Amino acid sequence: MRYSAWNIFKQGLTGNKGWTRAWRDATPKADYDIVIVGGGGHGLATAYYLAKEFGLTNVAVVEKGWLGSGNIGRNTTIIRSNYLLEGNQPFYELSLKLWEGLEQDFNYNAMVSQRGILNLIHSDPQRDAFVRRGNAMQLSGADAEILDRDRLKKMCPFLDFENARFPVQGAIWQPRGGTVRHDAVAWGYARGADARGVDIIQNCEVTGFVMDGGACKGVETTRGTIRAEKVAVCVAGSSGRVMDMAGMRLPIESHVLQAFVSEGLKPVIPGVITFGAGHFYVSQSDKGGLVFGGDIDGYNSYAQRGNLPVVEDVCEGGMAIMPMIGRARLLRMWGGLMDMSMDGSPFIDKTHISGLYFNGGWCYGGFKATPASGFCYAHLLATDRPHETAAQYRLDRFRRGVPIDEKGQGAQPNLH
Amino acid sequence: MIIPHPLLGPRDAAEFVYKGDATLIDRPDGLTASDDEMHDYAYLRDNPAGRHRELWYHEQGDRSWLVVTRDTRTHEILKVELARDVARAAGRAR
Repeated sequence: MRYSAWNIFKQGLTGNKGWTRAWRDATPKADYDIVIVGGGGHGLATAYYLAKEFGLTNVAVVEKGWLGSGNIGRNTTIIRSNYLLEGNQPFYELSLKLWEGLEQDFNYNAMVSQRGILNLIHSDPQRDAFVRRGNAMQLSGADAEILDRDRLKKMCPFLDFENARFPVQGAIWQPRGGTVRHDAVAWGYARGADARGVDIIQNCEVTGFVMDGGACKGVETTRGTIRAEKVAVCVAGSSGRVMDMAGMRLPIESHVLQAFVSEGLKPVIPGVITFGAGHFYVSQSDKGGLVFGGDIDGYNSYAQRGNLPVVEDVCEGGMAIMPMIGRARLLRMWGGLMDMSMDGSPFIDKTHISGLYFNGGWCYGGFKATPASGFCYAHLLATDRPHETAAQYRLDRFRRGVPIDEKGQGAQPNLH
Repeated sequence: MIIPHPLLGPRDAAEFVYKGDATLIDRPDGLTASDDEMHDYAYLRDNPAGRHRELWYHEQGDRSWLVVTRDTRTHEILKVELARDVARAAGRAR
């Protein structure tokens, strides 16, 4: 069923009895062309673009829990394309372009809200670095603007401009950045993939890979064996656990990232704001809660919950740029699992095992990448060639000496 | 998390810096190791869900390095050793 104003009107007049399920509750078939492991945002987007762009519909998505039960429902919903390096920025700009047309494309209200993202500047060298970044962004076709103090003051009068330690000197602004209703992204992609014939199989945990003559020919699951020509793993956060079943070690550690929501407030934060001298970012949800976060806890974790020192650190970051935040009460906090890679950048690649593909290592930036990750993974699965914007997301890049290290931290995953 | 330091007793984990998988103690000899060995040592991790042996550096304390065995699913700390004892036992230090 197509969602439209006309349909809302018609259903309203007929007692809302005509609405149908958004996707079928599929039972697994014995074999498929492609099985996608992981029914999160990236896996569902992959299925959607495989069906829509490449006409491949004999596809199943298997999900251990319920659809969207992982990081797609645990992130802070920010979208942006403000990277520096060549291996990253064109990919994230493709993602932002896909976000811009997403709701019309999959006929679902994902509440894509391009309210802009501000990265604050606190020193002269930082301004130089952000000017360089802005130029890199513009080279990829993205938008970027350096705001001076006066323009920023008009936009965000509540910032602590005169902070003794980190005075605010301005910001780099990407007006096309913003936020998206994250659960709706999973639902929209699931509905779009399902309508084109993809089977979405929930409560179906992968317990092993079917290996045949050194090639991967399917997955063992709690709902039986599912054979497939190609198996596409897409389980960021749990990549280590899943790929271990194929005997693979990865350049990834799993870490926990916490996120926070305050009580509902009147509109106060115009877009997304990030602190330039510490790690803190904040936006305001449509319900009024301030949604914010900061650093990962910094130690390997599969616990989906963090500890208090990071809570303190994040709140201190908030207090440093907008002291008014201290008057709001913290309502909720939670943790999600991150694939922290050795250079802070992701992987979309074939593995050395024939028939087995890998998408992961999204660190804590996977949500904004959802459309492009799905698009490029679908491209790789359908054509066996990487999409041009994801050509550097290779598993062997450390061996070849070409990491994509935005922060220049080296092989220390908890610092990216 | 509270880390029971073998010399100092229970200490807040915030005093420590996390330095990753304890297998990093077993660095191959850079002069004789193959490219693959060095790559695997520097970049690949087991990343288990469950028992994990890892290095914690007591930066805001006595600056000792510890090998902490911890459950990554619950954050429960199962065992704490001085890294130098672990390295000595493995024949890596005097």
